[in-house]
Amino acid sequence: MLKTEELQINIGPQHPSTHGVFRMLVTVDGETITDLKPVFGYLHRNHEQLAEMNTYQQNMPYTDRLDYFNAMANNHAYAIAVEKLVGIEVPERAEYIRVLMVELTRILNHAGALGFLINDMGAWQTQLAFGMREREKILDLFESASGARLMCNYFRFGGVARDLPADFMPRLKDLLLAMPGFVDEMERLLRENEILLQRSEGIGILPQELALAYSVTGPVLRGSGVAYDIRKAEPYSIYDRFDFDVPVGSVGDVYDRILVRIEEMRQSKRIIEQIIEQLPDAQGGYMNPKARQNVRPPVGDVYARVETPKGELGFYLVSDGSTKPYRYKVRAPSFINLTPLGDMCRGYKVADVVVILGSIDIVMGEVDR
Amino acid sequence: MADVNNLQQDLEQQGIFLSTVNRFYNWGRRSSIWPMSFGLACCAIEMMAFGLSRYDVARFGAELFRASPRQSDLMIVAGTVTKKMLPQVVRLYNQMAEPRYVISMGACATSGGPFRDGYNVVRGVDLFLPVDVYIPGCPPRPEALMHALITLQEQIDGQKLGHLRWYGKGEKPQMHDFPVPTFGAMGLEVDGKLVDPVGGLPLLSPYTSPENGEHKSGQLEHPQIARRFPIMDPAIELESALKARGMSPEIAANDLKRGEVSDA
Repeated sequence: MLKTEELQINIGPQHPSTHGVFRMLVTVDGETITDLKPVFGYLHRNHEQLAEMNTYQQNMPYTDRLDYFNAMANNHAYAIAVEKLVGIEVPERAEYIRVLMVELTRILNHAGALGFLINDMGAWQTQLAFGMREREKILDLFESASGARLMCNYFRFGGVARDLPADFMPRLKDLLLAMPGFVDEMERLLRENEILLQRSEGIGILPQELALAYSVTGPVLRGSGVAYDIRKAEPYSIYDRFDFDVPVGSVGDVYDRILVRIEEMRQSKRIIEQIIEQLPDAQGGYMNPKARQNVRPPVGDVYARVETPKGELGFYLVSDGSTKPYRYKVRAPSFINLTPLGDMCRGYKVADVVVILGSIDIVMGEVDR
Repeated sequence: MADVNNLQQDLEQQGIFLSTVNRFYNWGRRSSIWPMSFGLACCAIEMMAFGLSRYDVARFGAELFRASPRQSDLMIVAGTVTKKMLPQVVRLYNQMAEPRYVISMGACATSGGPFRDGYNVVRGVDLFLPVDVYIPGCPPRPEALMHALITLQEQIDGQKLGHLRWYGKGEKPQMHDFPVPTFGAMGLEVDGKLVDPVGGLPLLSPYTSPENGEHKSGQLEHPQIARRFPIMDPAIELESALKARGMSPEIAANDLKRGEVSDA
């Protein structure tokens, strides 16, 4: 075989397919990637440092801006962490509202993530427009409940900020009626597309052992065939009451990750249907009336984690007994899922890099914090 | 529009089309603003919503998001600009063809927003670039971005070819590129001089207005004020650090802040 010279290419930080400001230092031999070095920190906006200067309550809106695609899921993780630290009870109805919001978030995240992935493959905005169309419908619901589209800041310690508006449930039911059609359409569009199959099958394989060694979580890990979902493995909130499945892939390539995400949207819909059934009987209000927001937790530390659409999001808080966290650490799923990128890309063609990166589904706000 | 008089409108209603070069030029430019697809942070998500079917910016002729700065007229600074990213932002602006416009989208790009106190956050992109339209909000809704685009179109309508900051006679302030800072060991430097230290306050003034192009107001925004960050400052002790000592010694051993607490 002809020996060619190796070449270094920079992809990013300004690149339409890097999902924000992310740079990859790629070494290529012809078209084949021999090495890939991720360079990040372009969106390091001092989340943890600022959080240690704020009170516990002030940090809630900052968590929205971690993974700005699913603000509700970040709120959930932080609220659980502080509630565990202080010892605040959450009423049953509030738990249902929380899980409802988080599962809606999961649907909109996957709809958007698949759209971006297909966009990276060269289908200029078609799939993205479909995904964002559904996303807007869910954002309308968020807006009616919390007052904001993107940065909801809806959760409080001991519940949620306000009760669901009167027309929320009818609108949610309308949305769910249209949902299977959308997911099926999306799946058909992806599964029966020859170009997509060629660009995703057998590309970016992450073997199971490697995924576990890198402590990857979320759809990336499940795509590699490990049925690990914190909602099942360590049920928090009220997830033990719902009946749902954890989809897993078999090969661990990009295609498996796509399928896992599609199936997760269906499972989220299943959970939401159960919530609609059970919510009218739930006890308590939307908020624990005894819960205070300006908390002063006792000395101690806590780690709480949830399954966000991207993987395990954990908050590690250390309290020194004051109103501000002494240490505030975010275990961000996007960041940890990004670490095996070099191993996943090595040996594939340079055009596959953006596809593999898109299939990990990162958000730079969470990676760099 | 600035230079449309009543006679011209009357004639247009009768089917006679008169135009000035200015008006024709501005009409062409305002109706095909091509933004650069350049998202920095959260606001980029709203920028995408603005480009897609529901808000449909194609109605204003600005739907063609270009990935290359060479092909775009408008830079939407959508998100927090950090000190590491700023040199690239300025370089992208320099690479855009003139006339070029900047929309500063959201609180972060305008002033640093909620992250203003962060040591690595640039307190407003207008310290380094001339901004035409600012949008408040965190994040602004797509409607707000649309309003900013319409505001920019109105500004373009008022342009006169002879007085444009790019083509005008006179001193021609923008014939050279904007200085691209480098991200040095201590912070952002221009020509080897520290202008925006990491963990400190910016030592330069913002650009006054788009009309004045690259003219600075001439005053330092912040004279040298000593600024303290609790995380870095040994003089500041935590509220009850001693109380926290007992809980996890292994963390305490490795902790930056913990080193300042005496063993007493």
